[in-house]
Amino acid sequence: MLSLIVILPFLSAFLMALVYLNNTKKKRYFFYSLVGVGTPALSTVLSFMVGIELLNGSDTIHHTLFQWIHIGDFNIEVAFMADRLTVVMISFITLIGTLIHIYAAGYMKDDDTYGKFFSYFNLFMGSMLLLVLADNPIMMFTGWELVGLSSYLLIGFYHKQSSNITAANKAFILNRVGDFGFIIALSLLFVSLEGTGFTFESIKTNITMINPEMLSLIGILLFVGAMGKSAQIPLYVWLPDAMAGPTPVSALIHAATMVTAGVYMVSRYSFLYVEIPDIGLFIATIGAASALFAAIIASYQSDIKKILAYSTMSQLGYMFIAVGLGAYSSGIFHVFTHAFFKALLFMGAGAVIISLHHEQNIFKMGGLKKDLKLVYITMLIATLAISGIPPFAGFFSKDAILVTAFASEHYVLWGMGSLTAVLTAFYMFRLLFSVFHAKGKKIHTLQSIPKLMTYPLVFLAFGSTTAGFLGVNGSYGGNAWINTFLALPDLELHIAHSTEYMLGGLNVLLALTGIGLAYKIFAKEAKEVKADRLFQKVVLNKFYIDEIYVFFILKPLLTLSDFIAKVIEPKIFDGFINFNVWGYRRSALFFAKLQNGKVRYYALYILMGVSAMSCYLIFKLGVM
Amino acid sequence: MTPDMFFLLASVLFSIGLVGLVSRRNLFVLYMSLELMLSAVNLLLATFSKVLGDASGSVIALLIIAVIAAEAALFLAMIIHLYRTHRTVDSDSFNKLRERV
Repeated sequence: MLSLIVILPFLSAFLMALVYLNNTKKKRYFFYSLVGVGTPALSTVLSFMVGIELLNGSDTIHHTLFQWIHIGDFNIEVAFMADRLTVVMISFITLIGTLIHIYAAGYMKDDDTYGKFFSYFNLFMGSMLLLVLADNPIMMFTGWELVGLSSYLLIGFYHKQSSNITAANKAFILNRVGDFGFIIALSLLFVSLEGTGFTFESIKTNITMINPEMLSLIGILLFVGAMGKSAQIPLYVWLPDAMAGPTPVSALIHAATMVTAGVYMVSRYSFLYVEIPDIGLFIATIGAASALFAAIIASYQSDIKKILAYSTMSQLGYMFIAVGLGAYSSGIFHVFTHAFFKALLFMGAGAVIISLHHEQNIFKMGGLKKDLKLVYITMLIATLAISGIPPFAGFFSKDAILVTAFASEHYVLWGMGSLTAVLTAFYMFRLLFSVFHAKGKKIHTLQSIPKLMTYPLVFLAFGSTTAGFLGVNGSYGGNAWINTFLALPDLELHIAHSTEYMLGGLNVLLALTGIGLAYKIFAKEAKEVKADRLFQKVVLNKFYIDEIYVFFILKPLLTLSDFIAKVIEPKIFDGFINFNVWGYRRSALFFAKLQNGKVRYYALYILMGVSAMSCYLIFKLGVM
Repeated sequence: MTPDMFFLLASVLFSIGLVGLVSRRNLFVLYMSLELMLSAVNLLLATFSKVLGDASGSVIALLIIAVIAAEAALFLAMIIHLYRTHRTVDSDSFNKLRERV
């Protein structure tokens, strides 16, 4: 059952690829929809069955498919493992993934490459499930790489436009940078463990045999991998560009798969990170910086999808604050709730984009409240959830993270998180007001939205409202069920209920401030930001980070490559080889002269040879 | 006369033959040089036969003289043939075995 969850999406991806390649012209809408949407749905059912099995008391479920590599002590099995962390992950990955698949069936209906799209889409789901369900780091890495591959395929899905290809390449290459750290970490881990087994369970048992310095190094390198996948400073630049893909792809990347992989990975290695709290603090700092940084940029963007992209980065920052400070359950809880409202936001944005004939600038929209009532209501719920207004899902998870930061006395991180909360509310409502409330710029002729695209919105709106109740803290009358269920090595917090109420109240207040600010500026009439002041200009250009990367990394690299290609390679390497060739030719020509075809010279050579031999015999060996 | 003188004579004859073989170009001279070297060896064989009192050396010398006679016929025929085809008896003009670059 466990292996079926992973294998089914791969199989259907393969099947659809075969059918698609057999005849790329034929539509076969029904077949692709059935297989493409049916398989994730089946995986969802299976995931929930696994979840129920765990709820009934079993601790972890293992399933070994076959042995992959066996060399001496090195033994890697293709095996799957489901513990509580995994179950939480797969349940929302499959559930939200299925909803996104249904949505995509509406969104991509008129696309000529419908079959290809669903093949990639299922591959993406399968890879992510492989990553999450892996029993050992090698399998996890396989899933990790496949996720990178399928995201590359999907980001560059509209491959007729070269900028999309560039975006896909950017995502792929930046992920490679992260993966490099990841694979070095895995190698170090394997070497340090000295062959005592390489599954998560055995690593967990033997983690104490690694000295702290090595452990810190491994921790940092693993996090470098997470930085790439989860778009944290400094490897985040691919995320906004990844908006080049179709909107369902963005929803899938940002909600259910890919970006959550980094947070999951850190939680999976929580047994490692609890040993090295300093590295945890580093992770939390990077998270806080990314959260604030992305929120500032998002406040000045005008592309609806880019705003959402930066908001994802910002929310991922929150998750890393949590896992960095040791509140793994809170981090995973935020991943869980975030999946609902971020999927909803992207789907809503996609619906708006479709109905406006692929317009993405929020300042060219406006007044859509009446025409897109359902989309408006569901997006309002999602926006309230991400802004942290109770009782929507985002409030509880975000609150848990900020309380952790406050209670563990990292006030700077807490301050940054709270500031980000204001900005989050501000830029999300800025988006909402500009799109739905402000006066429309022109009379749009709206394109109708397929029904398939609206049903998932309603379901997700329901999820965004209620998902938070799974982890209500003790102070709000809950019992933090998800924390108990996950049973991760969480930080013990000692904080009075009154302080918690105060922090919660403060969060709501901060969110309301952001909303108020957005209402004042954007509710009546939304104007595009003009970059007159220096700060605005810098933020509008995303702090020139892309340009800095181009200048400091890309340019030197290109110059170096140019130098190698034009000087070192032809002059030094080719020169050396050519010199050798020249030398051999010259000596060959010299010896060739000896072979002149004149017999008496040959007789002379014989004479010389015999003389030399005679001399040797006489003087060296003393024959005479 | 001591055998030493015969050894010396044989060596000198052999050396003259060798130098002639290497330094001259006329096919006839080359042939004569070869014969000279053979004769030197023959002389050596006969000398040893006499010195050691063993007849087999002389027998071999006689046999070699027979071989030389046959060889002479063959060699001269070949030289005549070469002259007919190439109109020369200069050994350096027969250099078909040389390398060609």
